[in-house]
Amino acid sequence: MAAKDGLGAPISDNMTAEDIALNMKEISVAEFFEKNRHLLGYENSSKAMLTIVKEGVDNSLDACEDAGILPELKVTVKQLGIDRFRIIMEDNGPGVVEAKMALAFGKMLFGSKFHRLKQSRGKQGLGIRGAILYAQLTTGKPAKIRTSTGDAKVHEFELLIDTVRNEPKISAHTTAPNKERWHGVSIELEIEGVYVERAQSIHEYLKRTAIANPYAHIIYNGPNGVLKYERTTNTMPKHPKEIKPHPYGIELGILIRMMATTRSQNVRSFLMGEFSRVGGSSADQILALAKLEAGRKPASIANDEAERLHKSMQMVKLIAPPTDCISPMTETLIENGLKKELEADFYVAITRPPSVYRGNPFQVEVGLAYGGKLNPQGAAELYRFANKVPLLYHQSSCAITKAVEEVDWKRYGLQQSSGGMPVGPLVVLVHFASVWVPFTSEGKEAIAEYPEIIKDIKLAIQDAGRNLASFVRSQRKSREGQMRRQLFERYIPVVAESLEKLTGKDHAPIEMKLEAMVKAGKLIIVEPAEETKTETKKAEPAEDEGADE
Amino acid sequence: MAERNPKEKLVKMGNDIIKEVDAKENPKIEIPIRSLSNIIYNDKSKSLSIGDKTSKRFFFNVAHAKKFMQTTMVAAFCKELIEGKIHTNLRDMFYNLKRTLKDSEENTFDEQSESDPIVVDIEVALDMLREQLHLGADVRGRVVGNVSIVDRGDVVNWGKLGSGGWAIPSIVEEITFKSVDAKFILVIEKNAAFERLHEDKFWQKHNCIIITTQGQAARGCRRLIQRLSAEFKLPVYVFCDSDPYGWYIYSVIKFGSMSLAHQSDRLGTPNARYIGLTVSDIEEFGLDKFTIRAKDVDIKRAKDMMKYEWFQAPEWQKELKLLVDKKKKAELEALSGRGLRFMTEEYLPKKIKNKDFLP
Repeated sequence: MAAKDGLGAPISDNMTAEDIALNMKEISVAEFFEKNRHLLGYENSSKAMLTIVKEGVDNSLDACEDAGILPELKVTVKQLGIDRFRIIMEDNGPGVVEAKMALAFGKMLFGSKFHRLKQSRGKQGLGIRGAILYAQLTTGKPAKIRTSTGDAKVHEFELLIDTVRNEPKISAHTTAPNKERWHGVSIELEIEGVYVERAQSIHEYLKRTAIANPYAHIIYNGPNGVLKYERTTNTMPKHPKEIKPHPYGIELGILIRMMATTRSQNVRSFLMGEFSRVGGSSADQILALAKLEAGRKPASIANDEAERLHKSMQMVKLIAPPTDCISPMTETLIENGLKKELEADFYVAITRPPSVYRGNPFQVEVGLAYGGKLNPQGAAELYRFANKVPLLYHQSSCAITKAVEEVDWKRYGLQQSSGGMPVGPLVVLVHFASVWVPFTSEGKEAIAEYPEIIKDIKLAIQDAGRNLASFVRSQRKSREGQMRRQLFERYIPVVAESLEKLTGKDHAPIEMKLEAMVKAGKLIIVEPAEETKTETKKAEPAEDEGADE
Repeated sequence: MAERNPKEKLVKMGNDIIKEVDAKENPKIEIPIRSLSNIIYNDKSKSLSIGDKTSKRFFFNVAHAKKFMQTTMVAAFCKELIEGKIHTNLRDMFYNLKRTLKDSEENTFDEQSESDPIVVDIEVALDMLREQLHLGADVRGRVVGNVSIVDRGDVVNWGKLGSGGWAIPSIVEEITFKSVDAKFILVIEKNAAFERLHEDKFWQKHNCIIITTQGQAARGCRRLIQRLSAEFKLPVYVFCDSDPYGWYIYSVIKFGSMSLAHQSDRLGTPNARYIGLTVSDIEEFGLDKFTIRAKDVDIKRAKDMMKYEWFQAPEWQKELKLLVDKKKKAELEALSGRGLRFMTEEYLPKKIKNKDFLP
């Protein structure tokens, strides 16, 4: 599918997989892939299928958003044999120009521009290239790709990766006239896999993706039928801005690599040019602390010197990084997304102002859906998102989960056993957006528990919770009122009938009058006062059994 | 007692409710409270009576509504009984009124234990006896003695009914006494002791009437004791287990009960005396081997009773305190430990001769 810049690995957050790959240039990509399946999302056959769809869909959504196109995605999964599937993923993105097709889909490029930070959907390590490689390694079949940028031609070709030389090989390249001026990418893969429709499934992933991206139209043609996720808004979120890293958030390894590849002539201009919030005097302070000469060539800095530099960068007082680089889902879109996929009675969404952890800007959003057809029994469902991508695995070790469990949900009218998820017909959506999502592990499925992050998530939940609480209370009140009315309405005919028997007066007018009184509701007393008695019969012994029977 | 007849009272109760409905007020039924806080003990007349505290049962109160409905049902049921000249009992009434409410799974009454107290509510609220509502009370208690009565036209001699004696009916208003030849009445809590005394011809030897209450005295039994005592000036001696339960049986016979305090003047026998057993008896008659350890509930009950105004006599305070201290109870059967005829031949004669009674 459309690679965003048509060049190299996605520039985004955690590069762990590629970091490792950097040191493995000598061995084949196939061997690299085998050794790092767990980092790449291919550790088992069912997860592999989900990962492939994820890579495709994330890539397409990023491409469409970059190009300002309302996404139209189609995912087809067809079962060919017991463990053999064909997956076709198609989008209406900007497509890929002919010159860059091989690189976009085939070559694993390592060591790209790490030092530019921009919020984007995280990739499972190798992105779409990993999916192509997985297909090739399990079935030996090439990927079939169609793409056009909307010009006169549609390109169709097959692509294999030369796993020894790490080179894409394009074959059977044909072109066809593009009368409809179609643009986009379609990738067809044949893979070995296991298809499930349980919790961690393509279904669930697409449903949650549809919630986070209500401006996307997604059609899923799976082995068990077609599912459509409709577009309910034409508003797309604002475009995320690219920013330079802030010194507080940089890791030593990346700093070293940045210095090796920078075009800056000396360390001082390197600091000022490649980092945000570093001016001349800040750079001088950092260098003085690190005991480094300003004129040193960045490439000449030894590792122990780099370590000193890294430490000094953390010690100097700097302005927090700019936060306008974050693109939140926005409250409107979250509510929109929840309403679209969940039948509830109440929806609320909160977008927090941006904040900063370790020099990295981030923004937290929370959405709640309550009541309606949501399951009233059992724990609430938690939908975690990082940069609009649903996180389906490792829920228990995620900062989002921790924050949700730390909130006292009883204050908002829900049940909760201590330190657990709230119980009730509730879906909790938490979106964490950042230029650098601190995933806990290679799998990129759980967010690290930074106190700043947990605090912000909790504040957002509490804000949303207060809205929920008034709804829950008013709902409960009206339900109780209704039950009360029904109670009196059940008794009224019997009372009226008894009064008729007692007095000989017609029951009908009595019944009508009592019913009118129920409707007026003014007289109804709710306190369970035991008939205004102060004392119960506790002083009375078993005496009554005999005496009064 | 009844200025108006029972049917009129029931009709008025219904009309009062309808008046409130017409006035758009919360319909209510006012019921005197039958608990210790509203029980007045009159030391002069030696009887319990009910105070003027009442509770209001409102229809438009979530906690009262169902009971309100049940009360109107029972009242209507009784009115129809009176009109139809039918007598029945509490169990039949329960089955007659129990049904499932329309469009629900809720029953008018689930258990008889729900309908029984409603009858007492109406009795107290309208100051009536359930017999007047055509509801029979429990039939319990038997009597033997040199007494002839007329009951529904039949002449019955209590001394000529074999081993069983005469079963006391729930209503004894209508019976008339033809001849009563006795010096006192002995009321016995337990059937076994009654049968022992009957077989041993105690009532013939001592020229008395013996009555067993078979546990807590039923109303018919209480009313009969009162009538005999009042109409023939007979002393009444009550013979119960030495434990709080037995002593309370005595106090109900003598002073009346809390739940029927409004009827004490008809049911209480203020001149009754307590003959035994007592904790003091255990030592005096060598019954220690045959005692039972008092349970926590017995101790608690004894402590409660020590506070009742009608148990303030020093003799009773002493017995209650002894029980709390020694934690010992004795049943009437304990006397059999001393020999099967010990009770007939030694214990009771000695007590009566020495006038060894508790007030």
